[in-house]
Amino acid sequence: MNSDIHRSRNEAVVVNNLHKKFDDLEVLRGVSLQANEGDVLSIIGSSGSGKSTFLRCINLLELPTSGDIRIAGESIAFKQSKQGLIPEDSKQVQRLRTKLGMVFQSFNLWSHKTVIQNVMEVPVHVLKQSKQDALERAEHFLNRVGLWEKRDQYPAFLSGGQQQRAAIARALAIEPRVMLFDEPTSALDPELVGEVLKVIHDLADEGRTMILVTHEMKFARDVSNQVIFLHHGKVEESGTAQQVFYETKSERCKAFVSSIH
Amino acid sequence: MVWSWVPEYLPKFVSGLWITLQLLSLSVFFGMLLAIPIGLVQVTGPRWLGAIARGFCTVVRGTPLLIQLWLLYYGLGALFPMVPGIRESFLWPVLREAFPFAVLAFTISVAGYEGEIMRGAFKSVPKGELEAARAFGMGRFTLLRRIWLPRALQNVFPTLAGEFVLTLKSTPLAATITVFDVYGVGSIVRQETYRIYEPLLFVAAIYICLTGIIVLVFNWLERRVPRPA
Repeated sequence: MNSDIHRSRNEAVVVNNLHKKFDDLEVLRGVSLQANEGDVLSIIGSSGSGKSTFLRCINLLELPTSGDIRIAGESIAFKQSKQGLIPEDSKQVQRLRTKLGMVFQSFNLWSHKTVIQNVMEVPVHVLKQSKQDALERAEHFLNRVGLWEKRDQYPAFLSGGQQQRAAIARALAIEPRVMLFDEPTSALDPELVGEVLKVIHDLADEGRTMILVTHEMKFARDVSNQVIFLHHGKVEESGTAQQVFYETKSERCKAFVSSIH
Repeated sequence: MVWSWVPEYLPKFVSGLWITLQLLSLSVFFGMLLAIPIGLVQVTGPRWLGAIARGFCTVVRGTPLLIQLWLLYYGLGALFPMVPGIRESFLWPVLREAFPFAVLAFTISVAGYEGEIMRGAFKSVPKGELEAARAFGMGRFTLLRRIWLPRALQNVFPTLAGEFVLTLKSTPLAATITVFDVYGVGSIVRQETYRIYEPLLFVAAIYICLTGIIVLVFNWLERRVPRPA
């Protein structure tokens, strides 16, 4: 990896030698990654390569079997239990999670709340911002994703693309250090993919730190400064988009990325 | 049809109505307070607590409410006076009345039936919405209060409306332990006026009105979050 660039900026997310087992199935077999501030890091790979599981381990939606995770310079403290690693301090996990803005494949908006209530929920009830502040920010971020006029609608009345943009606004509203995208366009009808990718592209251009699991190869190539190709739970290839897409020596990686040429 | 007795007994009906409303609202309130954890532990565990909750629901739903009411009032209620010094204690004014026993019996009944409904309600909330809350750093209690519970209730408002209507219509059982609710007052009227049908019709009309109010309230609750057609 181009490590000279990394040293010059603050680290945002560092993962070391992460393993994850579901019963006997070893999904992740020692995956490491470092995303510094301003990095856009894409994780690509075929279905079952473990890329979503890996992303979900970063904010502990899945508990790793072993490995280290460091968010904004702070290591997550684990202790060993019968089931594997569990967090030592749930308060620490909650605090670190508020630094990570997660966007899910299936949006996961809270359907009993309007769009703006969804965006305000975490700032008001987790980050303890005042309602007035949260409202102003929520309107700002809804504007940002082009959904201001839909603010009082319930999610069920929005298209998939609009729901995903609302979910992006919800993640932005916590002002995270890193945005995590878990296949943000995989559940969308093809004609709605563009509007969501455009929003993500704009965020990347703003210099936001992002880790992105995606099947959109062209998008990953254009937007990322780091790409990781996962295969069977291991990093098969990593480097700049140029390196992974055009200069790789791995046959598997070549075959996989050839779909975009 | 003779209705000339109505003005004379109206004040009694008003107090009967007040008793019915108190009985219903207290037992629905406390019953739901119990039903929520009863439903929740069956979904979240720990397993032994879930098993106790499930056992409670099975027993409550498997026995007639009338028998529960009588066991509490004639059984438990008869044991209290044997406790030394209880007649002098501050609890006695409550324990010697029938009304608290009626509230207790109906509370247990609501807890049993609605506990089962809440179990399904909690289970039916999409996992992803709970996961999103966790991913944004919500603690367990905030998640329950802000996301899981309101979302679960919203799924079962129509069911709960029906359940509370049924609870309303079982409140006349309280008259069997000397609680003079609307139905109890109706019985008094029948005995004193020798009119058979008119008081029954009058009482029935009151229950229809109360049912209508419950249905309206829940329609409003349900419509607060619109769904696409």
